[in-house]
Amino acid sequence: MRLRLRLAWLLVALLPGCSRPRLDPFPSAQESGGWIKGRVRTFEAAELWRYIDGDAERYLQAGIERTFSAEYRYQERLEAVADVHCMRTAAAARRIFEWEPSTGSRPAPVGEAARSYGTSLTFRRGRYFVRLVAYADSPEAGPALLELAKGIDARLARARP
Amino acid sequence: MHKATLTRRHWAGSCLAALADAACSQGRDRSAGASQELTLTGTARVVIARDPGLRAGGSVDGTRLVNLLDRALQAFFAVDKPSEAWRRIVRPGEVVGLKVNCLAGKGASTHPALVEAVCERLQQAGIRARDILIWDRLSEDLESAGFRIATGRDRIRVMGNELIGYEDELSSWGSAGSLLAKALTRISDAVINLPVLKDHGIVGITLALKNLFGAVHNPNKYHPNAGDPYVADVYMLPPIRQKVRLAICDAITAQYEGGPSYMPQWSWPFNGLLVARDPVALDYTGWQIIEQERARRGLKPLKDVGREPKWIATAARHGIGTNDPRRIERLEV
Repeated sequence: MRLRLRLAWLLVALLPGCSRPRLDPFPSAQESGGWIKGRVRTFEAAELWRYIDGDAERYLQAGIERTFSAEYRYQERLEAVADVHCMRTAAAARRIFEWEPSTGSRPAPVGEAARSYGTSLTFRRGRYFVRLVAYADSPEAGPALLELAKGIDARLARARP
Repeated sequence: MHKATLTRRHWAGSCLAALADAACSQGRDRSAGASQELTLTGTARVVIARDPGLRAGGSVDGTRLVNLLDRALQAFFAVDKPSEAWRRIVRPGEVVGLKVNCLAGKGASTHPALVEAVCERLQQAGIRARDILIWDRLSEDLESAGFRIATGRDRIRVMGNELIGYEDELSSWGSAGSLLAKALTRISDAVINLPVLKDHGIVGITLALKNLFGAVHNPNKYHPNAGDPYVADVYMLPPIRQKVRLAICDAITAQYEGGPSYMPQWSWPFNGLLVARDPVALDYTGWQIIEQERARRGLKPLKDVGREPKWIATAARHGIGTNDPRRIERLEV
């Protein structure tokens, strides 16, 4: 009995994905075209409202486990926030991605599906839904965000499923 | 809703000013300002002040922002100097709380430059720096929006509710039952409400009334049924009704979809401020602005997407203010 319990515990501990607190989806400057990582925060599903208030409801309804958020700076000219929402399933990540209007966006070459709105970019990979937002309306924001997105995507691809 | 002419503005403003001054000289509580306006002039004034040149090279021009704030306040009170306007809101010796909205970080939060301008004008009206408290739900929200936490008692304080604390006793009104922030109940004699003009994914919009969700410990409990009647009921909690004297809505960047988080793709440069004592009239006016922008962008009205802010009408029925466009005096300056 004790051995079975130990084995069960070991299996749970080895389960992959974002239930493991050691998942770090945020790339370094070398992996992201020069974006410097700042403050990193993690919000469990039940505490997500502290971060995004009422916006948390639709993530909860879709099925979210937790959200990782990081602040970034790019060459002292751009600031951005990267949110990695770890959903329970890939279908949930797809649902959140599709929920958002695509008006004014164009496809971006990152993840399994991505939209660039210029100063923001969303993409999904597996059960991860990612949003990047830059706080400056600058022509370089779009290309720079794409580099950051690719850095995050590479990390998520290694962390799958 | 109608636009008043300059002549009417000055006439109504002069009447209001005279009556308000008379009331104050008799020692009456200034917190009754909004209802006095409704009673005495029959309308609630909402000033919409805009400056197309507010942004220089992408960032907000601080000097122009101060001028815009002055223009808005002077129009609201129909006075010639900003100091005259501020003296109608606060008195030296009072502690003034500035309830900002910083949930969304830098993109869609109350601009620190606007708060700085308000602090400057408050001090010119005789409020000591140490009697000004800039507060919101969490210190990390304030920091995300660009404020620096300051707790020293010899200067303007900037603090989140987690540092100041909540009352131990529950306050309740209708559907609302919450612990109120001590920033509101214990520290502030008067509160100036500084919300942001933006969409909200559940309750439709979040402006003056909903910004006071930041004064309770459990705002996450108040989102069912698109916030109705919760948004109105929370505002009915006595310390909120008694202490909030003015709303200055930051509409420098406004958002018509995807809120309350910052979504640059659904934001637009409104380059303005909305000023009112009546939070219902302000929210009604802001709602119409957001609906106009949604229509311009080809989006459905909030009612058609299940997010009509019915709590505005509920707040009017509670007597907080008016949502009747015929009784809202909309001044664009």
